[in-house]
Amino acid sequence: MSGIITRRNFLRSSALAGTGLVLAGCDQFDFLGSRDSPVRQAMERANVLTYRAQRALIGDQTLARTYAASEIRQGQRPNGSTDPTTPEYMFLRAQDFASYTLKVTGMVERPLEFTLAELRNMPSRSQITRHDCVEGWSCIAKWTGTPLGPILDMARVQQGARFAVYHCFDNIQRTLTGDILYYESSDLVDAYHPQTLLSYGLNDQVLPVANGAPVRLRIERALGYKQPKYLHTIELVDDLSAFGKGKGGYWPDLGYDWYGGI
Amino acid sequence: MSDTIAAEVANTGPLIYRQSIWTRTTHWIWAICLFFLLLSGLQIFNAHPALYIGQQSGFEFENAILEIGAFNTPDGPRGRTTIFGQQFDTTGVLGMSGSAARPSFVGFPAAVTIPSFRDLGTGRVIHFFFAWLFVGTMFVWFLASFINGHIKRDILVRPADLKGVPRDVAEHATLKFKHGRSYGPLQRIAYFGVFFILFPLIVLTGLTMSPGMNAAWPWLLDLFGGRQTARTIHFGVMLLLVTFFVVHIIMVLAAGPINALRSMITGWYRASPGTPSGEGDRP
Repeated sequence: MSGIITRRNFLRSSALAGTGLVLAGCDQFDFLGSRDSPVRQAMERANVLTYRAQRALIGDQTLARTYAASEIRQGQRPNGSTDPTTPEYMFLRAQDFASYTLKVTGMVERPLEFTLAELRNMPSRSQITRHDCVEGWSCIAKWTGTPLGPILDMARVQQGARFAVYHCFDNIQRTLTGDILYYESSDLVDAYHPQTLLSYGLNDQVLPVANGAPVRLRIERALGYKQPKYLHTIELVDDLSAFGKGKGGYWPDLGYDWYGGI
Repeated sequence: MSDTIAAEVANTGPLIYRQSIWTRTTHWIWAICLFFLLLSGLQIFNAHPALYIGQQSGFEFENAILEIGAFNTPDGPRGRTTIFGQQFDTTGVLGMSGSAARPSFVGFPAAVTIPSFRDLGTGRVIHFFFAWLFVGTMFVWFLASFINGHIKRDILVRPADLKGVPRDVAEHATLKFKHGRSYGPLQRIAYFGVFFILFPLIVLTGLTMSPGMNAAWPWLLDLFGGRQTARTIHFGVMLLLVTFFVVHIIMVLAAGPINALRSMITGWYRASPGTPSGEGDRP
């Protein structure tokens, strides 16, 4: 008899505890917002699993869905930086990017530098794709540019390079101690993907400033924050810890997953 | 005293071992997963509190079926929810919540999101962690329940079950529950719907939102009619699962919470009087 009472008490108190957890709101899980929380760090391992699972499942050359021209029903919605105010960028913009160069540096046999005119004269590719923002919205647009893969081949990426880091002009965040400049990175699978473009055209027009002029990267199998705008340097590296807060991108430094394919 | 005990014994059915360790473990892991998936999911939704039909989100054309926002009126800001073009003032709950002195302009209020403050990155970390756990548990449940017969015995809806629905509805309406060896018709329909329709749907619509998965399995986009439709279905299935949870709790409370909880913790379930005894039963 006493056994039953104990069990009942146990069940009742667990039910009460469970209800309390729900009714008290969710402030008690706010600690997961801290990047130092060991529980959060354990949960972040799931993002590594996602990355490995998708890399195993998706062929390296498998293309993202492309759409018909009739699906372009609106302008490409800009997000993040839309009007960078760093002196370097404002100077280039004032002269219509005439002295802009895109650099390929780091772990390459032959560092390269291209003017905008040179990039535009290279073999180009156009694709109508869907841009998916991490916030949840999508927008279809036509992107024109130079595929990144052949450029990396020209620069001859060294053995041991694992990532491409994309350095940008835009001051995504202005702080008391100075501007934080946008940067992103990808593995070499995404860098060499046939749809990965150094894009200078949007919907058959010159890429506007709000969308990343003069050159923005397109990595079509990833979310919007993996499409860095205002790109000026591509650096091949074997380790991401030296950049920003070491997570491989402005948003990853703020706690977003680095892979960005989900 | 001994007379009372004898009467009690005569009035009760056998104690049957109803829920296997696989059913019980997966049940509680799912309960934890769905709690975190719901609240982190609402956090993610709040980053763009609108739902659309089609491939993309209409900013210069109209394809939204739900929009939650806040708007200025002569009397100050108000929360407003627009569903299929119909506007509702949802101040205090959707679009605008928190105290009057320090209102917070978010889709769903802080009390139902993890974290309570706006933090999309953390919401995604939590959501994907529990999504993996949820899917792994699904795999274990389907495998175990197929092998140990739980699916055949309790979940699959047979023609005879459909015939038994009116009677089962009447019994539920009068709160006369028959606690048998296997699930009743309404239980089977409810659990079949959750395991074979809602769970696969919510996982597949979730995967359809992944640009990587769109490349790997482009048929997902065609199956659901576009990434934004998939996002809308994901949200709709969430609402159905919340509805299931509410009904589930009501039924547990109505049909005997102690017995139901005991069966989901220890596996042992007190059947109704008159239930034929079987091998392995306890008195």
